Amino acid sequence: MIDALPPGAILIAGGLLSALLRGRAQSAFLLVLPLLGLWQLIELPHGVYHQITLFGQTLAPVRVDTLSLLFGYVFHIAAFLAALYAWHVRDTVQQVAGMGYAGAAVGAVFAGDLVTLFVYWELTAVTSVFLIWASRTERAYRAGMRYLAIQVGSGVILLAGIAARVQETGSVEFGHLGLGSLSGALILVAIGIKCAFPLLHNWLQDSYPEATVTGAVFLSAFTTKLAVYALARGYAGTEMLMWIGAVMTVFPAFFAVIENDLRRVLSYSLNSQLGFMVCGIGVGTQLAVDGAVAHAFVSSIYQALLFMAMGAVLFRAGTVKASALGGLYKSMPWSAGFCIVGSASISAFPLFSGFVAKSLVLAAVAQEGQWVVWVMLLFASAGVLDHSGIKIPFFGFFGHDRGIRVKEAPPNMLLAMGLSAFLCVAIGIYPAPLYALLPYPVGFDPYTAGHVVTQSQLLLFAMLAFAVLMRLGLYPPEVPSLNLDSDWIYRRALPVAAGFVVGCLAAMRQAAAAMASRLFDRFMVIVFRYHGPQGVLARTWPIGGGAIWVLVLLAGFLIFYYL
Amino acid sequence: MILPHLPALQVVVPLLAAPLCVVLRRTAVAYGLAFLASWAAFAISVLLLLQVLDSPGGVISYELGGWAPPWGIEYRIDPLNAYVMLIVAAIGAVVITYAGPSVAREIAEPQRYLFYTSYLLCLSGLLGVTVTGDAFNVFVFLEISSLSSYILISVGATPKALTAAYRYLIFGTIGATFYLIGVGLLYQMTGTLNMADLAQRVPPLAGNRTILVAFAFIAVGVGMKAALFPLHIWLPNAYAYAPSVVSAFLAATATKVAVYVLIRVYLTIFGAEFSIAGMGIGYVFMPFAIAAMFVGSAVAIFQPDVKRMLAYSSVAQIGYIVLGFGIATALGVTAGILHLFNHALMKGSMFLALGCVFYRTGAVTIESMHGLAGRMPWTTAAFVGGGLGIIGVPLTAGFISKWYLVTAALERGWWWLAALILLSSLLAIVYVWRVVEAAYFRPAPAGAPAGEAPFPMLVATWALVAANVYFGLDTRLSVGVAERAAAALMGGGP
Repeated sequence: MIDALPPGAILIAGGLLSALLRGRAQSAFLLVLPLLGLWQLIELPHGVYHQITLFGQTLAPVRVDTLSLLFGYVFHIAAFLAALYAWHVRDTVQQVAGMGYAGAAVGAVFAGDLVTLFVYWELTAVTSVFLIWASRTERAYRAGMRYLAIQVGSGVILLAGIAARVQETGSVEFGHLGLGSLSGALILVAIGIKCAFPLLHNWLQDSYPEATVTGAVFLSAFTTKLAVYALARGYAGTEMLMWIGAVMTVFPAFFAVIENDLRRVLSYSLNSQLGFMVCGIGVGTQLAVDGAVAHAFVSSIYQALLFMAMGAVLFRAGTVKASALGGLYKSMPWSAGFCIVGSASISAFPLFSGFVAKSLVLAAVAQEGQWVVWVMLLFASAGVLDHSGIKIPFFGFFGHDRGIRVKEAPPNMLLAMGLSAFLCVAIGIYPAPLYALLPYPVGFDPYTAGHVVTQSQLLLFAMLAFAVLMRLGLYPPEVPSLNLDSDWIYRRALPVAAGFVVGCLAAMRQAAAAMASRLFDRFMVIVFRYHGPQGVLARTWPIGGGAIWVLVLLAGFLIFYYL
Repeated sequence: MILPHLPALQVVVPLLAAPLCVVLRRTAVAYGLAFLASWAAFAISVLLLLQVLDSPGGVISYELGGWAPPWGIEYRIDPLNAYVMLIVAAIGAVVITYAGPSVAREIAEPQRYLFYTSYLLCLSGLLGVTVTGDAFNVFVFLEISSLSSYILISVGATPKALTAAYRYLIFGTIGATFYLIGVGLLYQMTGTLNMADLAQRVPPLAGNRTILVAFAFIAVGVGMKAALFPLHIWLPNAYAYAPSVVSAFLAATATKVAVYVLIRVYLTIFGAEFSIAGMGIGYVFMPFAIAAMFVGSAVAIFQPDVKRMLAYSSVAQIGYIVLGFGIATALGVTAGILHLFNHALMKGSMFLALGCVFYRTGAVTIESMHGLAGRMPWTTAAFVGGGLGIIGVPLTAGFISKWYLVTAALERGWWWLAALILLSSLLAIVYVWRVVEAAYFRPAPAGAPAGEAPFPMLVATWALVAANVYFGLDTRLSVGVAERAAAALMGGGP
């Protein structure tokens, strides 16, 4: 019975049904759904199901193979953790949207053809925007509109790509696509938007920080990972992606360092993490693709954990501005602890989940002899440690004690964070089960002396440097001059450098936008002149005028045919 | 016993019910009669469609009064007109179900039985145009439906309805006259009025100037009835000021039937080969269709009156239908016929939803719809459901027709046309979104009337919305029949 349902249907239908329930019954019901779904996936043998023929195309709404199963598992786990984290929420819109969104993402990774993918693709956009709007502020409404426009735009480009693909090959099957054709390029752009490729990324940092406390946890897990899945399916081994990914790991680091809103910092670090996956997919060897999808798996969990921790801070302290926080570890010790586990994972400390996945990508890049890319990734790893490994817990929970005293996060949040932290550590210590799920056999052991020592060196020196600077900067009364110095490095030099670059770009953007807007205004004036309520095309014409048109047309026809 | 006479009954049932309404006079009785007659017509149209699909040649010929064609009048039903009849009769049945409370709200008691009479006459006229296989008979029924629709429009609530009806009368008469001149010229050349017979005799005369003039007169005349841009001038006011029921009924049926006549005349009488290859009818209509798509939508965007906005949207949608015809391949004609069907569902549901709004609030401007989602959630949702179809969102019928249109354009390698179709769909998003924004995101003015419309109105509206979704998923009927009809037309007449 349960096998007959397409994966994701349980989450979507259950999410809709949950609208009928209220209070704890609703929360409990939503918590059961991902477990049911997960059980269904475990029972589901590989193969293609529910094939139908529509418009002369064979659609395969459900295709089960190793790659889709891996993403299916992690999406269900993330949905469960997020639902647990959102246990206390009494907002039906958010609950239904969150679960529907998770279901759409699951459905998408099991889509065997591009049309089904498109449907779920748009569904994730339409459902997830409610998680942003649910903040119910003007800012969130606007951010949500921008988000929706971009996400739906991605879907439209995808659709155009699909149409081109049908024209080129006559098939809508979703297999390897490659860049060799118009359709390949269009679909890559569509995926690139969802995956937050450099310069296509702004929606992510724009919208996620505006989402609700629990909404951000949902958002962090699905949309971008779905895009990674689509890349892994369609574009493995496309060399361009390796470079895009490398740039993607590096550039968000600068923004993350200067950002004050800690959930926006997390959005940048999420973007940087995606870069590792994109890079791995671009390399395209078995090891690299394994690394990319393993990374997607573990990063879904630790990224969610970090968003949960910052969500807990926002929930209790009412802000996640670094400048307004400090000393929270005294009142929220558990959250602080779990946050540190998340930070250790994202920084790829040995024994944490980030390490076992990231080393695969790094090793694969090294194996291919791409040293430039390798160095960029290494630099990004150090950057991740800075802005996510240290900055997040430091500014979130430690730092200058501003005397904020709040209650510890609610038990359900702690439980969700605890479970996520447990998964991070468990996968970090014992990666074999994760490796067994990967599409290709893994003959890789992350815990060789070489890997551990290299990574530890990198981490320790990065930490040392940071610790020295921060320590000097933290005690202004003792060493004011040095504080200025370190302060300058941390707060001025980078911002100025980044600010200069950003400023130049912004000026160019503004100029372009101003020109576009002027042209658009002029265009609209013309359109309005003719089409507006009093425009000539909208007015009620006098009967004589209309009759003249009839004559003109008739004459036109006659002349046309007589000639 | 009765089955062989279904083609005649299709017209006769509503036609005879109409004078009965006048005789019986009482509103409730007249309504009951109209209700029964409309649903009977719907049942007959379903049976006829089934008969046609089952019959070996795909054609039913019925000799009226036992006079054999080409001397007598022949009712000739193939998949195309069975399909159009189904649309007309289905919309007629749904709208009459809806009509009770709405008519009671908008039309004065003494006029109501006359209203139902005109409604039945209009219905039988439209069905008659569709069922008949005689070119002159088409004119007769066209006049029956037109004259009754002038009455239907003129009973609208504002005095402007009268001038709108008058304007429509003038243009409608010009259109019908032009059609008649065209048919007269054909008769002069061939000596026959039977369409099947004409189809045999006209193509050999290709190039004859009289035939060419007939061709042009009919194009302009029927284009006027179909409100093809720029001959749509009568339509916005007529739809905007007519009673809600009438707007919904006419928008979903009258222009569709005119487009049917267009297709019938050009692809059956003149024949696909002569019209398309010889006269380039596709190229003639396409610029107007594309202009309609953009101008109609652009004007709709700026309309403060939502009903008028829908009227302009109809102008744009007729553009899509004619565009399918203009692409002039089997697939293109399929797309056009398909959109005929789907647009009737979508636009019908939107006009009916607006009727619900008018019933409760007494106005249909954008301002009057502020915060409507809270006040009339079901009505607003129905409007949005229809709007999604107009935009062409997947899982609605509108998507299917857009898909076929785009595919047909691509099949001929016309990328620019596919792009134009998609671009004009973006305009539809804008004008539908204006209503969504007003209804869902603006606060309702203080003291605004709240509460849903009466049950029958909601049921009828939602029936069309549900059909819109259903035919977005299960396309066997809508696409299947359209394909058969198009194949028969493009394969050299039925």
